Amino acid sequence: MTDVRPMIEVRGARKFFGPLEVLKGIDFSVARGQIVAVIGPSGSGKSTLLRSINHLETLDGGEVWLDGVQVNQTLARRAFEKHINSVRQQMGMVFQHFNLFPHLSVAENIAIAPMKLKGMAKADARALALKMLDKVGLADKIDAFPARLSGGQKQRVAIARALAMQPKVMLFDEATSALDPELVDEVNLVMKQLAAEHMTMVIVTHEMRFAAEVADRVIFMADGAVVEEGKPDDLFRNPVQERTRSFLKKFLNG
Amino acid sequence: MDIALIGRIIPVFVQAAWTTVQISLLSLVLGLAVAALIASLRLSHLAVLRFFGAAYVSVFRGTPALLQIFLLYFGGPQLGIQLEPFAAGAIALGLNIAAYMAESIRGGVLSVDRGQMEAARSLGFGEGQSMRWIVLPQAAKLMIRPLGVNAVALVKGTALVATISVVELTYTAQRFIGSTYKPFEIFAVTAVLYMIMVYGLTLVIDWLDRAYAEEA
Repeated sequence: MTDVRPMIEVRGARKFFGPLEVLKGIDFSVARGQIVAVIGPSGSGKSTLLRSINHLETLDGGEVWLDGVQVNQTLARRAFEKHINSVRQQMGMVFQHFNLFPHLSVAENIAIAPMKLKGMAKADARALALKMLDKVGLADKIDAFPARLSGGQKQRVAIARALAMQPKVMLFDEATSALDPELVDEVNLVMKQLAAEHMTMVIVTHEMRFAAEVADRVIFMADGAVVEEGKPDDLFRNPVQERTRSFLKKFLNG
Repeated sequence: MDIALIGRIIPVFVQAAWTTVQISLLSLVLGLAVAALIASLRLSHLAVLRFFGAAYVSVFRGTPALLQIFLLYFGGPQLGIQLEPFAAGAIALGLNIAAYMAESIRGGVLSVDRGQMEAARSLGFGEGQSMRWIVLPQAAKLMIRPLGVNAVALVKGTALVATISVVELTYTAQRFIGSTYKPFEIFAVTAVLYMIMVYGLTLVIDWLDRAYAEEA
């Protein structure tokens, strides 16, 4: 175990939005197959941190590494485009608002990246789409259009779309925050299943119960900094920091 | 009301309307091509390209189309640009409508949710690929109506080239009034022919809109 390098490593991540410092030098790493949940109040920078892992946000300082390759390395514009496109193919990202492609069918949503980016033949890509849909329990929706799906189904398709690129890690940005309460479980179930398959995952979430259940480690962020991190049992039951305690208390009462 | 006159002039006016259709189509094609270029400049990462795109739109939207036609047709020869009236008219109208169409195209692209580009990028698509496979197909749908409005304005705007003696509908009307002194009948026939052309165009726009809407 000791010789295994981390799958994701973030060192001294800093980010400004105008004069506001939203990430104040964050360090954290995620081991291969590990599941890390990031919690914290809105505006704590947790989504920005997640988005900077696959460079949807550009850091103003610090480094991000994926499996031994620096994500935010300094390159000429063209070379960087090529580099970042290939890095992103190795990271699946799931968004709060699903961001399915409304002009494409479910099958095409999943197949388009393997076809266009990996040169997969159409029939193979469709077979792959079917396999991924089977995984998320939506094989019967293969020819539906996104507008016909419920929120929970959309998010499961979005997960299938990300998985179709066979990523090394999956990043979840409040994947269930936009869902009606009764649709949350079906998405959580898929994420638990991925956890059981030892997918490396970083999960930004507001759901403490789910974080406690699925995560190997929980990171609590506030005001752009990591306040506390630890095993879910320790962090949720015996938080060391006052800031963590007050956040968790508010959360459990609200 | 001189019904007999109307019957006599109709064949000539239909012929003139055909010229209006031709000049409309030519400037439409030119306009769309230039508009696509200007819109892509306006959406560029490079400030200098954005500036050129914005400058184009300001100049062509900020001055009268009639003046642009005069500038090209009468002023062109001073710069060695010698054009027939028809060509000068079609080019000037095309360059003019391109400024409006560029804004319609840009508006369509900007109306596509930002999350679409992000989702495409997160899968590993490059910027151009994301635009081509994900953003533009959705933007196209949103552009049809505004571009249709531009196209209708263009068809009616072709009347301006009468001033540089292109023998299209409005020019023909003026010529016939000179010889018949029956402006009401002649302008009425002219107006009806413009309406028929515009109606035909709106049918095409509606059809395109529906064809795209059904796709998703």
